[in-house]
Order: sequence, then structure tokens, then C-alpha cells
Amino acid sequence: MLIAVLSGFILAAASPWLARSVGDKAGWLLALLPAALFVYFLGFVPTVNESGAQVIHYPWIPALDVNLSFLVDGLSLLFALLISGIGTFIIIYAGGYLHGHPHLPRFYAIMFAFMASMLGLVLSNNLITLFVFWELTSITSYLLMGFNHEDKNARWCALQGLLVTVAGGLALMAGLIMIGVAAGSFELHEILTDGDVLRDHPWYIGIVLLVLAGCFTKSAQVPTHFWLPNAMVAPTPVSAFLHSATMVKAGVYLLARLNPGLGGTDLWLYALGIVGALTMFTGSFMALRSTGVKAVLAYTTIMALGTLVMLIGIGTEGAIIAAMAFLLAHALYKAALFMLAGALDHETGTKDMLKMGGLRQLMPITFLASCVAALSLAGLPPLFGFIGKELMFAATAGAPGLAFFTTVLAVASAMMIAGMAAVFAIRPFTGTLKETPKKPHEAPPSMLAGPVVLAGLGLLFGLMGFIPAAAIVQSAVAAVHGAPVEVQLYLWHGINLPLMLSILAIAGGVVLFLRWERVLGFYRERLGFIDRFGAERGYEKAMEGLVWIAEWQTRVLQSGYLRRYLTITVLSTVVLTGWTFFGHTGSSVPLGEVGFTFYEFAVAALVVAGAIVASVTSSRIGAAATLGMVGFGVALIYVMFSAPDLGITQIMIETLTVILLVLVLFRLPGFLKLSSPTDRIKDAATACSLGALMTILILAVNGVTVTDPISDQLTAWSYTEAQGRNIVNVILVDFRALDTLGELFVVGLAAIGVYAMIRFRAEDRRQ
Amino acid sequence: MGSLILRTTTRLLLPLLLLFSVFILLRGHDEPGGGFIAGLIVSTAFALYLFAFDVARTRHLMGADPRLLLGLGLLIATLSGVPQIFLGEAFFTGLWWPIEVPGLGEIKLSTPLVFDIGVYLVVLGAVMTIVLALAEAEE
Repeated sequence: MLIAVLSGFILAAASPWLARSVGDKAGWLLALLPAALFVYFLGFVPTVNESGAQVIHYPWIPALDVNLSFLVDGLSLLFALLISGIGTFIIIYAGGYLHGHPHLPRFYAIMFAFMASMLGLVLSNNLITLFVFWELTSITSYLLMGFNHEDKNARWCALQGLLVTVAGGLALMAGLIMIGVAAGSFELHEILTDGDVLRDHPWYIGIVLLVLAGCFTKSAQVPTHFWLPNAMVAPTPVSAFLHSATMVKAGVYLLARLNPGLGGTDLWLYALGIVGALTMFTGSFMALRSTGVKAVLAYTTIMALGTLVMLIGIGTEGAIIAAMAFLLAHALYKAALFMLAGALDHETGTKDMLKMGGLRQLMPITFLASCVAALSLAGLPPLFGFIGKELMFAATAGAPGLAFFTTVLAVASAMMIAGMAAVFAIRPFTGTLKETPKKPHEAPPSMLAGPVVLAGLGLLFGLMGFIPAAAIVQSAVAAVHGAPVEVQLYLWHGINLPLMLSILAIAGGVVLFLRWERVLGFYRERLGFIDRFGAERGYEKAMEGLVWIAEWQTRVLQSGYLRRYLTITVLSTVVLTGWTFFGHTGSSVPLGEVGFTFYEFAVAALVVAGAIVASVTSSRIGAAATLGMVGFGVALIYVMFSAPDLGITQIMIETLTVILLVLVLFRLPGFLKLSSPTDRIKDAATACSLGALMTILILAVNGVTVTDPISDQLTAWSYTEAQGRNIVNVILVDFRALDTLGELFVVGLAAIGVYAMIRFRAEDRRQ
Repeated sequence: MGSLILRTTTRLLLPLLLLFSVFILLRGHDEPGGGFIAGLIVSTAFALYLFAFDVARTRHLMGADPRLLLGLGLLIATLSGVPQIFLGEAFFTGLWWPIEVPGLGEIKLSTPLVFDIGVYLVVLGAVMTIVLALAEAEE
């Protein structure tokens, strides 16, 4: 399982090289991995159906209760199958869509990393691991959205998506940690077995709000839905993947996952029900006015996400069944539609549906697949989308407390979506052939394989609902509902309320389709205020505010004078440390006994003398040399106290410092301006206060007897455990190697920073 | 830019300093020394050479861009902890292969030694990146 999850990352590292060496058809080859993963996950289906959830456990950081444990149940399996299955077609599709793109190898790499993150997210059983993968999806999807990084708009949109989802991610992290602490375990299978622990916990409201903040931003719920249509700047394969099975579904996944632990309360019902329903309506409403092939689909995704959140919030058995069926249906048709939209865009050179027409003859397969997928989107029999929509109407009609509100919004949304589905499937293909930037012809097989198979599955599952029901939907519903449920999916439920609502929605959709031009005009004339006062304006204002605060605090804190920074640093240290120290010890500071020998005193006197000369001399070289004297004096003290390593290091550092100073000093004139006597007195006071504080601290430390200090342990282990007699080195490279590694990166970053500073200044001057 | 005396001395000192740095690096686990100190020594050696000669000749002598050494060092240091994971041990667990070499006695090859070599390269790379950049700005 570990290999299955991580294989995407491994292939991500290798894929640029593979793609380059294989060339044109690399997509077909690379798609073997997701295909193999799909088969692998398929192998879990019988096990999960027979014996329930499987937990696969690898210890990672046992001391912190962070484990690489994976939970395979209906829900995670449904997602894993969608991710790997649709991922297979996306990779093949990308090979055709981005054919000849110079960065195609890089695209494969990010795509696989993203896929692996997504798999890790849905399969994680540990909250911390889950969060790590959650953030990985944010970062990799940022790279995908900004794939055309030379386009300013793409960068801007990608950053917007990242900021919104990562801001939510921060809240989510707090929420997940609170869940872990409240439930006493970070393992999902333990947390979810007894939901009452969380529901009765005093932190419950806080937990729910934080988790919702994370999930709502990720799944583009109102009012943070605006980033999702902007994410359309990504190449179409990315959009198809992000919208159908992955990224944006992550929030829905987590809500569904936590439903047994957090759901079932009024807070959960109303928060999810209302936000979800509003999002559903907003998505449909915005879809109706879109003329871009991808924009329409983006808004219908928002509709679908809202629907799913609403259904999870309603939380009845029927609602959960509806949610899982709808999720599966949506993933199938949405991936197909996006790939078809990409095919249209790719072959005609435009994204605007108003500019397309009469493509039926030229792109027959695209037309056929579009019809099937769009019928599923519209929710018409005999497609699987119809089953999902029927179940949804049944669920909203039976929603406790929200039945009227959700049902009205659901029917209104369904009308608009049915209308747009018809526009999408019929408009570009019928009527007279219009002049497009490229001469259209049928898309290559790599770009048709996915849509045809996925649209076909939508039809198959609709006709034979028992296949998905028995294979996966039933166990997924059980996982979300927290109890076994019998699920049967079929088209004909008899003449009942949902069927009536469906007929109403489709009739409304037909009217909207026929009057679409007039609808567009109405939006343009009457509803222009949406753009001026929409949620995205709120985001822009927030970003402007953030920049303003950053500029203000930079103006206040960053004077650009090194001496002022030093003063502030030293004084803060003195005040904060002194306050803490004297606060704990009170007026009587316990000082340890110290005796010193004559030569120690002599060295100390040299150091002090050097420091005094350095601060009063008017020659730069003199100052550098006397500072060196201070340094070498300190090195001598190290040697006296049997720390030869420190002594050598200090000597080397002093030597290098002098070298660096000399390099710089050549360029500087003599001191032009010496500080005024008042400044000097102030500086002296600052320096002396730090010196006094450090002296008192060291004396006090000397007076404290620590029982069993760790240094004794380290000395004892040095040779037995680490085969080294030099304890300093053993600590650096063995006992605390991770710390050293961190410091190495700091050293590296500092060097790059200094390098950049010097080089850029030199270049500036040259210009 | 240096004087004849400095150049001559540098020619003599440089090989000694380079050898000495390797010596300090290798003995570091048991005696005072180690990658950090050795890295500083070798940096001082190149800095001395830079003083005696010029940037171009120093770069030529080093053979590789110090920024490359910096990255390489980070990579080596990080990778020295990775194989352990596949052996079921924690990241950075020390692995040891003592080898008996006739005439020299026992030599202890180990992952901490590899890590220390990474430290050595990072220190060398970082210091020389800065020193050379300063010297180039000077020129």
C-alpha cells in the first residue's frame, strides 16, 4: 500500500526523463502506472465488501503518534478508484492535448505528484498524514494551475487558488489537531467509531467551524467559490482532473469522512445544508451566463460541490446514498465533458461557444460523447446522472428542517444546469459551420479515449445501477453513514415527488435552452453588479489590505540601519530574558561559586582591552584587528576549558572574518562620521546591559545543580553507540544529525542570500 | 594582487592546507576536528590563494563553482540518512562498516562520515560563494 501511494511521487521524479526519451507516445506509457493502481485498488473491492474496512499501518513518527496508516473502506476506495481511473485517461489525454508543448515532461511530473498526493489524502488513516497530503495537493495544484507560468493571469489565478485553499488549510490543521486531542487518538478508524466523544466535547463547535473553514475553501463553497473558475487558466487536462475526481472534491471527501464523528447535530445540518444549497444555486446561476466551454463546466462543478456538501449536511440515509451516487455520476460526466471541451478548444482554437457551430459533421465522435455526458449532467434517463438527481430530490424533500429551502434551490439549479447541458451539447455542433481560428477536425484517439469510456460508463451505470451499487456505492455509503446500509440504484422509482421535480427541472431547462440568447442579454443588462460586488472583490480588498499592512510594518520596523537592528535585537534580548529570569528568581539571585586562575584573568583582560580599543579607534583596519583579538581571546578560553573543537572553529572563523573584512575594507574610505558622544553612551549602556545579563545568567547556571544532565548520557553513549571518541563531532553528525542538516540548509540559504545581494547590487551599479 | 612572497608561500602552503583539511575531516570522529572545521580550513586555503592570485585562477583551481559544491554538499548530507529507511531504521541512524586495512589498521566507513563530508562541502561552498562574490564585486 505504501508503495502504491508513493509510486506517483517516484514516477514524478522519473517521468521527465521518461517522457523525453520515449517522445510522442509517452502519455500512453506513463498511463500504465495509474492504470495499474486502478487494478490494484479494484482488488480491494471484494475484501472491503466482505470484511469491511482495512487498516494498513506503517509506523512513521511513533513518538508523536504520527503514522503512515491507511484506511481502505468504501469511501476511500471510491475516491482512489476515481483518482487512478480518471487519472489514467487524463495522462493519455494530456499527451494529445499538450502535444509538442515544450514543458510536457514537467507537466507529467507535477501531475503524478499531484495524483499521489490526492491518493495519500483519501487513503490516510492518520489525521496528521492526511493534513500533510492535503497541503501537498494545494501546492501541486498550484503548480498545475500556474503551468503556463509565462502568462501573468495564470500566475495570478494560481496564486489566488493557493492562498484561499492554504488559508483554509491552516484552519483545518487547528481543527484536526483539536479532533486528535479531544478524541485521544489521531487514527481515523478509532476516532470515527465513537462519534459521541466529539459531539459531546466542549470544543465541538470550534472543531466544526475550523474543519468547515478548511473544507469549504478547498471545495469552493460560497463565499470562497471564486477561485475555482479562475483555476480554468490551467491546461484542460488539469481542469478535467481537478474538477472531476480530485482537488475540489478533497473538501467533500473530508466532510464525508468526518461525518460519522462530527455529523448529526443541528450545527452540522444547518451549516452544511445552507452553505451547500447556496453554493449549488450560485454555481448554476453563474453557469447560465457563461459562454466559454470551460467556464460553464467550472460553474457546474461549483453546483455539484454545493450539492454534495448539502447532501452530507442533510445526513439522512437517503441523502448519503444520493451524495455517493451523485459523486460518482459527477466524476464520470465532468471528466468526460472537460476533456471534450478541451477537444473543442484544441481543434477549433476558441473557447467561446457563441463562436462555434455546425461541428457535428466534422467531429462526430466528440458530438456523440458530448451528448451522452451532457444528458448525464442534465439528469436525464437512462443516464447515471438521472439516478443521482432523483435521489437528490428525494433527499432534499425529506431534509429535516430544511426541506423547503433546499428543494426549491435544488429544482431551480437543476433547471439552469439542464439548460446549460443542452447548450453545451447542442450549440457548438448544430447550425451552420462557423469560421474558427483553427480549421476543425476530429480530435486524435488519445483525446477521445477518456471521454468515450467515461461517458459510456455513465450510460452503463444508468442502465445497470446494481453494478456500481453492489461494487462500491453501498460500502461508501456505509463508511459515510457509520452503519451498514442497503443500497439499490435503479432508474424507475414509480410516479412520485422526485420524478415530478425532475420533469419540472427538465421542462425549465428546455425553456432556458431555447431562450438562452435572451437570458444572456438579461444577465448583461440587469445583473452587471455581480462583478462589482461579488466575493472576488472581497478577496482583492483583503489582499490589498494585507499588502498595506506589510508595507506599513516594513516602514516602521525596517529602517535599513544595521546598528539600529542590533540595538533592537540586544535590547529585546535583555528585556525579555531579564524579565523572565528575574521574574522567576525574585530579588535573590542564586549565584554559583567561581574561582579563576591568573592566566584566565589575563586572557579576559586582553579580550576586554581589545573590545575597548575596537570601539574607540578611528581606523577601520585597527577596528578589524582588535576585534580579531577579542575573537582569538575567546578561542583561548575555549581551549582552556577543554573544548578544542570550539577553539579551532573560533580561530578559523576569526581568520575568515578578517579576510572578509579586508576584502570589504579595501573598498571603504576611512570613517567619515563617528557617532556623537550621546549615541556612544547609549550604545555603551546597551552593550553593558547585555554583558551584565549574560554574566549573571552564567553565574546562576553555575549555581544550579542538574541531576543527571544529558551531557553525561551523551558522553557515555559516544563510543558505545556511535563509535566516536570526539563527543562534539558525534553529537553533530550522529546524535543530532537532523539539527545539523537544518543548520546546513540555513548556511546554504544565507550564502545564496549574500551572493544575490552582492551580485544584484553590482549589476545595478553597472546599469 | 598579492606580493611575490605571498604567492610563493601560498604555493607551498596550499597543498599542505588541503591535505590537512582532509586529515581533520577524517579524524574528526575520534579527535578534535570534523567536517565543519575542515570545511573552514579548506575555505581559508582557497581564500589565501585568492589573495595571492585572482578570482579567475581561484575558480580554476577549485574546479567547480562553489554554489555547485554547496548544493552537492546538501544533497550528500541529506542522502546519507536515506538508505537507513529502506533497512527499517530511522532516518539518520548511523551505519558502520569497519574495514581492516593492512598497514593502516582499522578504518571505519560510516554514514556519519558521509554526512560529515556533506558538511565539509556545504561549508566550503557557502564560504567561497560569499568570498568570491565579494572579490568579484571588488574587481
